[in-house]
Amino acid sequence: MEEKEIITAPDVEQEYVINMGPQHPSTHGVLRLLVSLKGEKVKSIQPHIGYIHSGIEKMCESITYPQIIHLTDRMDYISAHINNEAVCLNVEKALEVDIPDRIKVIRTIMSELTRLQSHQLWWACFGMDLGGLTCFFYGLRDREKILDIFEETCGGRMIVSYNCPGGLMYDIHPNFQKRVKEFIKYFRKILPEYDQLLTGNVIFHERSKGIGKLTKEDAISFGVTGPTGRASGFSCDVRKHEPYSAYGRVQFKEILHTEGDTFARYVTRIDEMWESMNIIEQLIDNIPEGPYAVKMKPIIKLPEGEYYQRVETARGELGVYIISDGNKNPYRVKFRSPNFSNLSVLNHIASGFKIADLVAIGGSLDLIIPDIDR
Amino acid sequence: MDKIQLGEFIKSIASDLEIKEGKQYLEVTVPPAILHDLAKQLREKEEAQFDFLFCLSGVDYGSDLGVVYHLRSTLYDHVVVLKTRTSDRERPQLASVTDIWQTAEFHEREVFDLLGIRFKNHPDLRRLFLDNSWGFPLRKDYVDDINIVYK
Repeated sequence: MEEKEIITAPDVEQEYVINMGPQHPSTHGVLRLLVSLKGEKVKSIQPHIGYIHSGIEKMCESITYPQIIHLTDRMDYISAHINNEAVCLNVEKALEVDIPDRIKVIRTIMSELTRLQSHQLWWACFGMDLGGLTCFFYGLRDREKILDIFEETCGGRMIVSYNCPGGLMYDIHPNFQKRVKEFIKYFRKILPEYDQLLTGNVIFHERSKGIGKLTKEDAISFGVTGPTGRASGFSCDVRKHEPYSAYGRVQFKEILHTEGDTFARYVTRIDEMWESMNIIEQLIDNIPEGPYAVKMKPIIKLPEGEYYQRVETARGELGVYIISDGNKNPYRVKFRSPNFSNLSVLNHIASGFKIADLVAIGGSLDLIIPDIDR
Repeated sequence: MDKIQLGEFIKSIASDLEIKEGKQYLEVTVPPAILHDLAKQLREKEEAQFDFLFCLSGVDYGSDLGVVYHLRSTLYDHVVVLKTRTSDRERPQLASVTDIWQTAEFHEREVFDLLGIRFKNHPDLRRLFLDNSWGFPLRKDYVDDINIVYK
């Protein structure tokens, strides 16, 4: 018989490579991280993605513009409404369609509700990742209320498909304003409870302060946008820099923090929830009268050229780049998705920390995997 | 800087470039040979400071393969679009800009994966979404009978 090599005491200097994912509760989807460890310390992380790559960009080349919005729903399914808005705004810009105020205002309210429910879900999961299971129930309880409002008006709860080129699919439900106002009143009382539960918790502070620091220069260089970028002091809010829909007429602050650690990213999102409620309150009583959609041609053909539209989703800057050759199908569509760039920074900020910190850092980036894979 | 000033500024760096004033942004067509040099200067020159590469897309133009870079300056808030293309469809190769903007590392891997464009001096050029048995699906001549993709 062949003699087997006897393994003696493990070499402490040796590197140990483990797979985190693709089925791991803290990766929030099918993301595989190849983590090199030295003891408990993370040396490097290689993200392996593509498990749910669906080729949305290729599919877009063979379908019409109104059909594309049903695919963008499925990219970042937590902020589906904002993804659709990006495509619609781009098509409307290319056709130089004048959009009535009513549509703009309703779109803005819907976008902010989407942002609110996205941050609620993130807060719920982030708390759970760090061991606070109660957060999950609190977050989902409040998110249900927004989803119910969506269901009443849009028919769908998550994948709403409420936008279409030229306006909205249907008018808002008669109860819409009443229910949104009720929700804001309710959530203004509830949000301080989130702070009591998690923000002031000593264990939470220990696990998030100073963990996964990202400087402003690196945030810009890696293209990290959204609350993650703003927590590092990178002013990247598209709603401020290039106002679209009704953002130009409302008063709101761009939340900026300078620490750049996990805790700063947490606080940025909590502050953004307050700002979202401010925006909704300014608009909900002032929805102008008018049509809910502009009459568009039955077959939409974009003039030859290139069009780029940026919007601010709950996770960062989404860019839609359409190249048209004048046909009813686009020649090429590129989605610059926020999560794709945000993921690329993970190796940079999580190297050198413990493996438990990797869970906290990954949670604070708020990754949605279908948006990375597209 | 507005579009006209930007156009003149880019002309002062490299004179014989095709500069088009697009509807939205200034579009500059750059030969692959000078792309890296121009990008580096746009990033580093005091007046330009294009520090944010917010979109990098690969495009199949039919006969050529190309890459489009959307650059923005977070300081001055001006935008420029650089376009480069290569007619070699067998072994297309362009210069990597990863050393200038780190976000390009992932975006260039995506372009390599879906269009088959190789990037010189890229630190880690592997396929990103698909495995090696696939072709390059975003090319216009890609055919896949099983998934019903035709030219």
